[in-house]
Amino acid sequence: MLESLQDGLQSAFKTLRGQGRLTESNMREGLKLVENALLEADVSYDVVKAFMQDISDKAVGQDVLKSLKPEQQLVGIVNEALIELLGGDSDPTLHLKQDVTVLMMCGLQGAGKTTTCGKLARLIGQDGKKALLCAADLQRPAAVDQLHIVGKSVDTPVYSEPGATDPIAVCQNAVKHARENGIDVVILDTAGRLAIDEELMQQLKTIDLKVHPDKAFLVVDGMTGQDAVNSAKAFNNALDLNGVIMTKLDGDARGGALLSVKQVTGVPIKFIGTSEHMDGLEPFHPDRFASRILGMGDIQSMFEMA
Amino acid sequence: EKTRRLLNTDIRDLFKAEGSLVDEELLDDIFAILIRTDMGAGPANQIKDRIARDFRGRVVHTEDILKNIQDELSGLMQQDQEPIKMAAEGPTVILVVGVNGAGKTTSIAKLTRWFIDQGNSVVLGAGDTFRAAASEQLSIWAERLGATIVRGEPGSDPASVAFRAVDEGINQNADVVIIDTAGRLQTQKNLMTQLDKMRRVIGKKIEAAPHEVLLVLDATAGQNGISQAKGFSDAAQCTGIVLTKLDGTAKGGVVVPIRKEFELPVKFIGVGEKPEDLTRFDPEAFCNALFAAP
Ligand SMILES: Nc1nc2c(ncn2[C@@H]2O[C@H](COP(=O)(O)OP(=O)(O)OP(=O)(O)O)[C@@H](O)[C@H]2O)c(=O)[nH]1
Ligand SMILES: Nc1nc2c(ncn2[C@@H]2O[C@H](COP(=O)(O)OP(=O)(O)OP(=O)(O)O)[C@@H](O)[C@H]2O)c(=O)[nH]1
Ligand SMILES: [Mg+2]
Ligand SMILES: [Mg+2]
Repeated sequence: MLESLQDGLQSAFKTLRGQGRLTESNMREGLKLVENALLEADVSYDVVKAFMQDISDKAVGQDVLKSLKPEQQLVGIVNEALIELLGGDSDPTLHLKQDVTVLMMCGLQGAGKTTTCGKLARLIGQDGKKALLCAADLQRPAAVDQLHIVGKSVDTPVYSEPGATDPIAVCQNAVKHARENGIDVVILDTAGRLAIDEELMQQLKTIDLKVHPDKAFLVVDGMTGQDAVNSAKAFNNALDLNGVIMTKLDGDARGGALLSVKQVTGVPIKFIGTSEHMDGLEPFHPDRFASRILGMGDIQSMFEMA
Repeated sequence: EKTRRLLNTDIRDLFKAEGSLVDEELLDDIFAILIRTDMGAGPANQIKDRIARDFRGRVVHTEDILKNIQDELSGLMQQDQEPIKMAAEGPTVILVVGVNGAGKTTSIAKLTRWFIDQGNSVVLGAGDTFRAAASEQLSIWAERLGATIVRGEPGSDPASVAFRAVDEGINQNADVVIIDTAGRLQTQKNLMTQLDKMRRVIGKKIEAAPHEVLLVLDATAGQNGISQAKGFSDAAQCTGIVLTKLDGTAKGGVVVPIRKEFELPVKFIGVGEKPEDLTRFDPEAFCNALFAAP
């Protein structure tokens, strides 16, 4: 239904060709189509609302260019604004310190934290640094086993304490172990939790306070819908996030929740997960992601056709 | 700012006791609340248009509009009395499918508990031979709950695990066999074909099996849920949905268009990570919660 944004816009602007100005009334239908496309991509309602106001302000009053069709002109404006919002400060590096760098992964249940820990460890290993995975999920059955298997597959040691019940102590001990063993980066695999689970959110804050991770990354499922704003806000309030990683983008999810998360947290988007395998982590490209959200494939080529 | 505030209020607060004028602004506010449920722009626009048609320019009372929307939605979401059709004889075989991390394995633990509480014996098939420690995860649940488990080596053929699990169910004269599968995205053709193979292998043991194919859907999912329902139904002929993670702030409203388009009923909801955190789907309660403040 969404490949049709382009078709829809074409017919919406049938009557407006190489003449006049973009006005509120001749844009109404086109803007409505863009709004629906963003909602269908799971961008949250209030983010869409603010974004559309911004687009309308930018577009209305512009002369319809001779060289472009009006729908191209609108898509161009939308695309540019999306890229700016998503990636003004995009920065796919981890900024490792000389000393031990501690990265903490957090997020809702099943988002892809443990898998992403492995992917990051692999990346760090490729840079010639030594990573240590820390099994801080003492909740989910076999979470520690899972991390051990993941660690093995990326040649990275795993710190875990059999029978442990306090994740905070495990994290502290892992960092100590890292300092004593010449490890460069410790990656904390925390348990999944709901943003409204006060006890578990408090536990994250305590880890933050006592273990002092250098970076806290929120792992977000690429298929997330409108709720993205609620959880991102809560995790950001608890931890002052330093980055976002969106997973499971190897399917057909449009990933519009990433725009919502970006808007409410303001933190840079670091990587995207594109496979269950350990090599499925890619740097974030705002331009590609904007096309994905709009469901328009390659927007650049649309302009070349003009 | 107004929108933000409204997004945090119950739809009921939109309507003053003395009634409110149904105008463009009010319609937009209702639209926002509908969208927030994840039902999607299409269904939300339809409902909004209908309210506009029936009520525009009139002063309405909360109950009128609310009843209107909720009645329609819970009517749509009605389902059979019995969530699981038990086989007339021999074990009832249930295949559990869904995207990565949706809550399949945990939902199997919950279903196991549900069946055991009703006096049924359960055999589990650890058909996820792919994900790290997936079979360990299910084994822990099997042990805690008192179910038999059939496992395979990591990387082995999931269809053969399914076959052996059904076999074990028959041998033990078990009431229920539940088979776990690896998470997969509906766009992964090969992996989706594998589900069909599992179905066929199970069918060789018991002709009518699998009796149920449950799609596990994460309530935090947005519009991709529709694609999931389509992809998994096409590949594995799903008979119902288990909607998980409804204990969070997500509403799970994507099951509304799914019910409309694919006639796929929600059978159970998951409301936590423990085996007892499963309940039968209740259309009225679900539709009321759709509009509750987060
Ligand atoms: N297709 C795909 N699957 C992924 C990706 N990242 C993770 N997964 C899968 O998603 C599922 C959940 O991943 P985990 O890493 O266990 O998620 P988690 O956040 O650690 O889960 P909890 O610890 O239970 O909260 C697994 O089946 C992973 O293989 C990705 O980028 N693409
Ligand atoms: N809050 C909450 N968490 C849930 C619920 N159901 C499952 N979970 C959690 O979600 C995470 C993923 O659950 P799993 O059962 O491993 O999901 P899965 O679909 O089997 O995952 P893969 O096999 O990796 O595809 C775990 O941390 C579960 O504890 C639920 O109803 N509510
Ligand atoms: Mg994990
Ligand atoms: Mg599983």
